[in-house]
Formats: sequence, structure tokens, C-alpha cells
Amino acid sequence: MNINTQKLQTDILIIGGGTAGCYAALTIYENSPELNVLICEKAHIKRSGCLAAGVNALNAYIVEGRKPQDYVDYARKDADEIVRGDLLLTMSEKLNSVTEKLEKLGLVILKTENGKYVARGNRNLKINGENIKPILADAVGKLPNTKVINRINITDLALKNNKVIGAYGIGIENNIFYVIEAKAVLVATGGAAGLYKPNNPGFSRHKMWYPPFNTGAGFAMGIKAGAEMTTFEMRFIALRCKDTIAPTGTLAQGVGAKQVNSLGEVYEQKYGLTTSERVYGTVSENLAGRGPCYLKTEGITAEQDDSLIKAYLNMAPSQTLKWIESGKMPSQQNVEIEGTEPYIVGGHTASGYWVDTRRRTTVRGLYAAGDVSGGCPQKYVTGALAEGEIAASAIIDDIKNIDLENVDEHEETAYKTEAENFLTEKNTPFTAEQLEEAMQTVMDSYAGGIKTSYRFNEKQLEIADEKIKKLFILSEELYAKDLQELMYIYELRERLIVCRSVIAHLKARKETRWHSFAENLDYPKKSDDFKKYINSKFENGEIKIIYRDLIKEGEDFEHFNR
Amino acid sequence: MSILIDKNKCVGCGRCSLVCPGSLIKLDENKRAYIKYPKDCWGCTSCIKECKAYAINFFLGADIGGMGGRVHTEENGDILKWVIDSPESGISVINIDRKESNKY
Repeated sequence: MNINTQKLQTDILIIGGGTAGCYAALTIYENSPELNVLICEKAHIKRSGCLAAGVNALNAYIVEGRKPQDYVDYARKDADEIVRGDLLLTMSEKLNSVTEKLEKLGLVILKTENGKYVARGNRNLKINGENIKPILADAVGKLPNTKVINRINITDLALKNNKVIGAYGIGIENNIFYVIEAKAVLVATGGAAGLYKPNNPGFSRHKMWYPPFNTGAGFAMGIKAGAEMTTFEMRFIALRCKDTIAPTGTLAQGVGAKQVNSLGEVYEQKYGLTTSERVYGTVSENLAGRGPCYLKTEGITAEQDDSLIKAYLNMAPSQTLKWIESGKMPSQQNVEIEGTEPYIVGGHTASGYWVDTRRRTTVRGLYAAGDVSGGCPQKYVTGALAEGEIAASAIIDDIKNIDLENVDEHEETAYKTEAENFLTEKNTPFTAEQLEEAMQTVMDSYAGGIKTSYRFNEKQLEIADEKIKKLFILSEELYAKDLQELMYIYELRERLIVCRSVIAHLKARKETRWHSFAENLDYPKKSDDFKKYINSKFENGEIKIIYRDLIKEGEDFEHFNR
Repeated sequence: MSILIDKNKCVGCGRCSLVCPGSLIKLDENKRAYIKYPKDCWGCTSCIKECKAYAINFFLGADIGGMGGRVHTEENGDILKWVIDSPESGISVINIDRKESNKY
């Protein structure tokens, strides 16, 4: 198959039309309507990424009587200190204004008769978020200088003199090799699912917490471009309803369901209530022979059943189907729970680009927001919006005196040739799917997957790294017979790159600060020596680890003098 | 979890194919939608909400306890009507007002 080159130029390129990317485009238009923005989206902006099915609540909001600092304190405690205070505070300060904006765009938020938002606990708002993504997409569609290209897989950043000056991508439905030149690039691709073997690796392998189509592209392109990354060892493992992998928060916080073991004992207090401790408690009860574990919903009212059925239809319809087709409502049967496979995200945990306070990465011209950006956990939807706004405002300031540059011809040719090589028929026993399964098996067995109850030791990590490196070499010989298969090859390779970073980070944190999220059996205790960030940079084919001191709120952190 | 597309009901508008976040739904030579990669469906139901012909249903895979029930939606203004057809419990209809917030 031949691919044709198409060159595009824009002031600002946004990679990923999700929550952060859409909001960045809205911010740019509001502040500098003359700037041209191009959003490149791997699927279709109307229903792409994390919010495709909808979302049931806004989990990050400063409710009446609380202040942004309270949110920072909460996130810091949950991550046991390893957070960026500056990032959390700048995000928290914007949570409420972005929420109001979302409501103006059309999101339904529950209000009291006096017009005040109804809070769920200390940080959450109740909404109808089934159509949150179409709402954002509609708003972006109305922006005069913003263009969206759907079904384009951005694979690499364009670099010149250690600066990002654009990106390369390939169409998924048309055989075009895109060369995009931009004054600034915002990466907002989301995080990485599919690194580890999922809960149900057969027919329902994609019934997972995080979108299986978020394959770590944004991480991988940054790693390859030499960007510094942070906290990849803080993996996110979600505690979910068994089988459907539907959220548990609505049951736990909504109707106050407690975690109980098969003996009916409430065990959550025994292990602690941070996000990782809730997973660890469930794993530990199972290991101790007291599984399965449940959320105790038996005894709730029929009215609560009815509300739950609706709430789940708005975010995870599979759970409602499960209740209805089994003929057993949550009031009649406790909901079994399990931990998922680990994911790498910056919106729940803190993995991602090492950014300055204004969300600039360590590579000039490149900015990061949302799940791909590190150091700032518990962002959820509103935090991703806030980061989109913060990054957009930095870009507007930074590009004032910047001109477009032409991409390097050798680089352009090299990336196009790489794609053409994958599209050239060859006799290979392997497919991207086979190598993906191999990668997931390696990560599951040797890098703390479900199989080992998320635990690992250094010897295992060494084996994992060796095997992942070999799989990457094997992936060079893959053959794609169409553009969709080509995307799958790129996605596999992105995941393999991210896996290597995860393994290196897990190895570098020689302690166990977060049970389950990073449970190092060689170092089962927490150590004050590791009250720091673990960062990494890809240099000459190897991952270099950098330890950095904690940054508090109030600091204005910059990578270099401007 | 995956979806079933009824080719006899499909009108070939292509909206399901457009919104699928995994680019998994394609149109065949007769312009009828089909899911090319059934194992790769996330179960987000985006396609189902787009389908004005009610040709798409989603179901739970047997490996995650599916019992043959299937779901589609019908849109009427702000009301999103979820129709669940299950061998065990028959047909259930749940109306959700998009202007109404969740209680939990």
C-alpha cells in the first residue's frame, strides 16, 4: 500500500480531542481567537476516550466550606506524599470555574431549590454525565479557528534542535502520512491501558476500567523525544464490580455500601481507606482465604435500587444489564468486587510528563495536560479541564514571538519509511495481537500483575525488562495489511515503550509506599529515603533514572530559564 | 461484552461507525454496518445511542457472566429509553431524562 504525504500547518496542535484537549481549544479561542488550532483525534471527538460512555459524577470540586488547599491535602494523603503541590493547587483553584463552564455548555448538575450544587461527600457533585463528551465536542465544533481531524493516529513528535515543532501521524481510514508543523504542541492523549493482562483475557478482554484504545501514545512519543517522565511506578489499580468492571464509588459513596468479605465482616477499616489500601485490603482478604469480597448492598431500599439502575446506565450500562438479566437487584445481592489490572495514568494516580507549574514539559514547544501529565493525581474530569486551561494559557504566552519551522526532511523520511515497512508484505509468524498477548503475559507474571496479586521482586522485574526488550525487536518485523492493523502495530510498540519505563520506575523505588500500586517484595516497608519523585529520561536506548526532591504548593517550578 | 448489529434493521447511515472510539465498526459492501473486531469492544454503547434504526444491541460475553440479555436505546427528545430484553426477566424499559441528574 502506498501512503501519500500531506503537510499541514497550524499555530497550535492538540493531540487528543478528549477532556483536556477540548477544554484547551475552548480556552485558546476565548483568549486569543486569532490563533489557529488543530485537534488530531484517533477516534471521533464526539465519543472518544475515557468519557465515551459518560461519567456519573464530578469527583473533583471544592464544595462549600472547603478550599483548594483541602483538595491538595486530600490528594497528598492518598498518594502518601508523592505529589506535586504546585500542580495540585493550581488545578484545585480552577475546579469550580471549569465546572460552571461545563454547566453553561449544557451539562446537567444536580442543584438545590436555591440553585446551589448538591454535593456528594466533600468533593463530588451529582450530575447526568451520559452526554458529557458530545457536549464538549459540540462546543469545540463551534470554534471558528479550530479544526478537528478525526481518525488520525499521531505517532511521533517532530523535533528540531531539541525542540518540538510539530508531529507526524497516519490516517486510520485514509492512507495519508500527515506532517504537521506547529508553534506549540499540546499532548492530551490520555494514559495507557492494555499493558497488563486484563481481568478477563478472553472474549471480554476489553471490558476494562480504562479505555482500551488509550494505549500510551502520548507517553511513548514523549519518551522517544527525550522528555522527562515522572512517577510511572505509581500504577493505578481500580477496585471494580466483578466481571463488568463497573465503578464502585457510586455504591460506596452513593448508598454507603461497605467492603465485606465472604464471612460478612467489614474489612476496610483494617487496611485503611486510601485508594491503594482499598485495593490492597481486598487482595489481602482473598489471599487469606476470606474471599470473595463484596460491597454490602443487601438491605438497601427499592428506591435506591431504582436510582442505581439509572445511575449505572449513565456510565456503565453493563452493570445494569447484569442486575436485570440475573433478576437480582443490589438490594437482594451484594455486589462482588475485584481489583483490575494495573494502568498508567496521571488523572487518578500521578504518572506522566514531568511538567513545570504551567504544564510545560522538559522539551521546548511541548505541553501536557490531563491523564498524560504527571505529578497531579485525582484530577478526574474537572482537573483535566483545568489542566487544559492552564496549558493553553502557557502556550498563548509562549508562542507570541515564535515562527513556524519546517520539519527536518531526514526525520520525515525516516518516519514515513517506518510506516511503509510495516505495510510491506512479509513472511512473519507473528501478529500485533500475538505480541500484545505476550507483552501482557510478561507484565502479568513478572511486573506485578493480577497473577501475583500485584507483587513483584527485583529479579522478576529484570526478567520482565529483558522479555519486553525482545518483544520490541520482534515487533519491528510485523506486517500490517491495512491501516487499522498499522495502528495496532504502533499501539503495541507504544505500550512496549511504556512497559519498559514502568519496569524501570518500579525497580527504582526501593520501598513499598503504596500497597498493590507498587508492592516491592524485596523492600516491603516504606522508607523516608524515597520521599521523592522518581523520574526518568530515555537516552541512547536506555532509561536513565533521576531522583528529584518534592515540590510544594506556592512554588513556581520552571525547568529552565526563559 | 460486545454488540450485535441486525443487518435487516441497519439503514446504512454509518453513524455507529463514525462514533466508535475503537474504530471497530465498518460498513460492508452493501453499506450495512458490522463489527469487525467484536473482542475489542469496550462496551461504551456510543454506537447504540447513535442508531436511529435500533439495529444495535449490546450484550455481556459469557466469560463475564452474560446470560443472553441484550440492550438498546431509543431516543425521544430528552428521554433516553433503555430497552433490556433478557431471556430470564423478559423486557424491561427504563426511561432516563437527560435533564435529570443522578441521585448517587
